[in-house]
Amino acid sequence: MQLSREALLGAYRQMKVIREFEERLHTEIQTGEIAGFTHLYCGQEAVAVGVCEHLDTSDKIVSTHRGHGHCLAKGCDLDGMMKEIWGSREGLCKGKGGSMHIADVDQGMLGANGIVGGGAPIAVGAALAAKLDGAGKVSIAFSGDGACNQGTTFEAMNMAVVTQAPCIFVFENNHYSEHTGVDYAVGTQKDIASRAEAFGMKVWRADGTDFFAVHDTMREVLDYVRAGNGPAAVEFDTERFFGHFEGDPQRYRGPGEIDRLRATRDCLSKFRDSVTAAKLLDGADLDAVDAEVMNAIEAAVTAARAAERPTADDVLADVYIAY
Amino acid sequence: MAKMMYRDAVVTTIAEEMERDANVVVLGEDVVGGMGTAGGPEAIGGIWSTSTGLFGKFGKDRVIDTPISESAIVGAANGLALAGKRPVAELMFADFIGVSLDQLWNQMGKFRYMFGGKTKCPAVIRMAYGAGYNAAAQHSQAVHQILTGMPGLKVVMPSTPADVKGLLRQAIRDDDPVIFLEHKALYGMTGEVPDDPDFTIPFGHARLARAGEDVTIVSSGLLLGFCEQAADRLAADGIGCDVIDLRTASPLDEEAILDSVEVTGRLVVVDEAPPRCGLAADICSLVANKAFASLKAPPQAVTPPHTPVPFARELESAYLPSVDKIEAAVRKLMAWR
Ligand SMILES: Cc1ncc(C[n+]2csc(CCOP(=O)(O)OP(=O)(O)O)c2C)c(N)n1
Repeated sequence: MQLSREALLGAYRQMKVIREFEERLHTEIQTGEIAGFTHLYCGQEAVAVGVCEHLDTSDKIVSTHRGHGHCLAKGCDLDGMMKEIWGSREGLCKGKGGSMHIADVDQGMLGANGIVGGGAPIAVGAALAAKLDGAGKVSIAFSGDGACNQGTTFEAMNMAVVTQAPCIFVFENNHYSEHTGVDYAVGTQKDIASRAEAFGMKVWRADGTDFFAVHDTMREVLDYVRAGNGPAAVEFDTERFFGHFEGDPQRYRGPGEIDRLRATRDCLSKFRDSVTAAKLLDGADLDAVDAEVMNAIEAAVTAARAAERPTADDVLADVYIAY
Repeated sequence: MAKMMYRDAVVTTIAEEMERDANVVVLGEDVVGGMGTAGGPEAIGGIWSTSTGLFGKFGKDRVIDTPISESAIVGAANGLALAGKRPVAELMFADFIGVSLDQLWNQMGKFRYMFGGKTKCPAVIRMAYGAGYNAAAQHSQAVHQILTGMPGLKVVMPSTPADVKGLLRQAIRDDDPVIFLEHKALYGMTGEVPDDPDFTIPFGHARLARAGEDVTIVSSGLLLGFCEQAADRLAADGIGCDVIDLRTASPLDEEAILDSVEVTGRLVVVDEAPPRCGLAADICSLVANKAFASLKAPPQAVTPPHTPVPFARELESAYLPSVDKIEAAVRKLMAWR
């Protein structure tokens, strides 16, 4: 961990933004103001941030139904995202997409995705484009442990190997796909990286709740892929603190499971502990970031509430042919 | 007769058929729920609660919780069916057919024909479809348009708990592949359901939900209820509507539609799929071809616009056909000439 003070503060801020964005959504959803399905990323922040910190806007990512963290880490506008989730016409996708379909192509964010396994093949295509452009750019496919059971993911991995596409498959293993455990659904004894390995890729594994482990691993992976060695895969062991979707009663969890995870596997507390113990930052530095983030979230919610609503005419906008 | 919810009609029918016939098996994502977790099997029992309790009663060989692999789910249903079982597979959301399309389109619907009539494929693929939940473009679609267009598939769309019972039992006992479409917004609907354990509704037999002499309204699924409400409003003004619940998009009860239009001379088709190349266009063309002489006005289609399903509340309600839009279409026909 040789990050500058600015880089450390930046990474912490980014993780905190995701955390508070989601904690706030969790509260706001109970008021009934937010429509549709919302899947919270809370607990996995170190992965999104540890990966995206290394990317610029011309590197691409594809995301999942649990996309808020990836979007924010890749630079999507906080207010625009909040407005989108609120269904405003001022939202990043004009209220058409909602939580599950946020995208911002200008930021290299090629979309969250409501279809499990929908993203990986798109990432291969973006990686092939990067290869054509020849500028050392990469594309990243974020997938869950559940998504790794989709044929689309298998096909994407094989095609990436065959075409030597600069694609990185980032598997976030949070041990659950909806209400099913990874031990049941993943045949290779819960190891996903070994599948990628079998397709002929170099793979890495790391603790996804440790920002520094994610960050350092990704630096290696990216050096390898940017150097023209073809695709790679990395599996991060991580946790999700909320239900599969907002409203999930989580009867599949063990007693006290979430409290235990929050106490021992929280990437933000771990970050705080490690940077203060190493005297890289002190508590006051981090508290100042916390306060600033809380204000930014508050402002985003206020703006989303006040933002313009779509009208019936907007239904026909942005479709190629309207009947 | 017992009162029950649409979703309970699904699960009780499956349970009764599993009891009756050991060849009936269930498979799909989270149909057990909780597999491989601390909460254990049946912590959930299906995300729509349409498989709750089946695992406890019938065990893991007949209630198979699958990974997220739609292509393998539908493909396995095909294989089970070709090998003599009667699979009832669940795709959580109808939108996910995209992942399994080959198994639906090139396999399941074609075996009987390609194999010279010597094969049967008694598989049921159940799926929750439709808008109304602000679930946006990839979780809200009405997919019957695509599936009805595939020769070899039967497509069922119940709009009441009783119809779920009769049509699902028929589907499970049917020797051909059946797509069974459950509207998500109807799962909580309650209604009377016949107790007879052999109560079935044959496919291709529409139900007359309202009777009237002036206009024929044809629909199914969630929108059928909207049509009934529109018909009630119109009746107050002395306009009588035949409201026909198709029940099955394939086979199509042409006779029920044509007989009604011959009396009313006016047709409104109300459908949740996009307007082009769909059920509404199909039925309008049927009537134009076979009942042209009876028509007093051009057939009308009330459908969403030709767009993906939008997310925001205001947008989704503008997208879906409404009682007002159905009423307006009927009044437009009444005012013709
Ligand atoms: C093709 C498809 N099948 C099923 C679903 C329903 N679904 C949404 S998320 C999900 C679980 C995904 O699990 P995982 O990939 O581990 O991601 P996580 O939810 O853990 O982030 C399922 C089954 C879907 N959206 N798309």
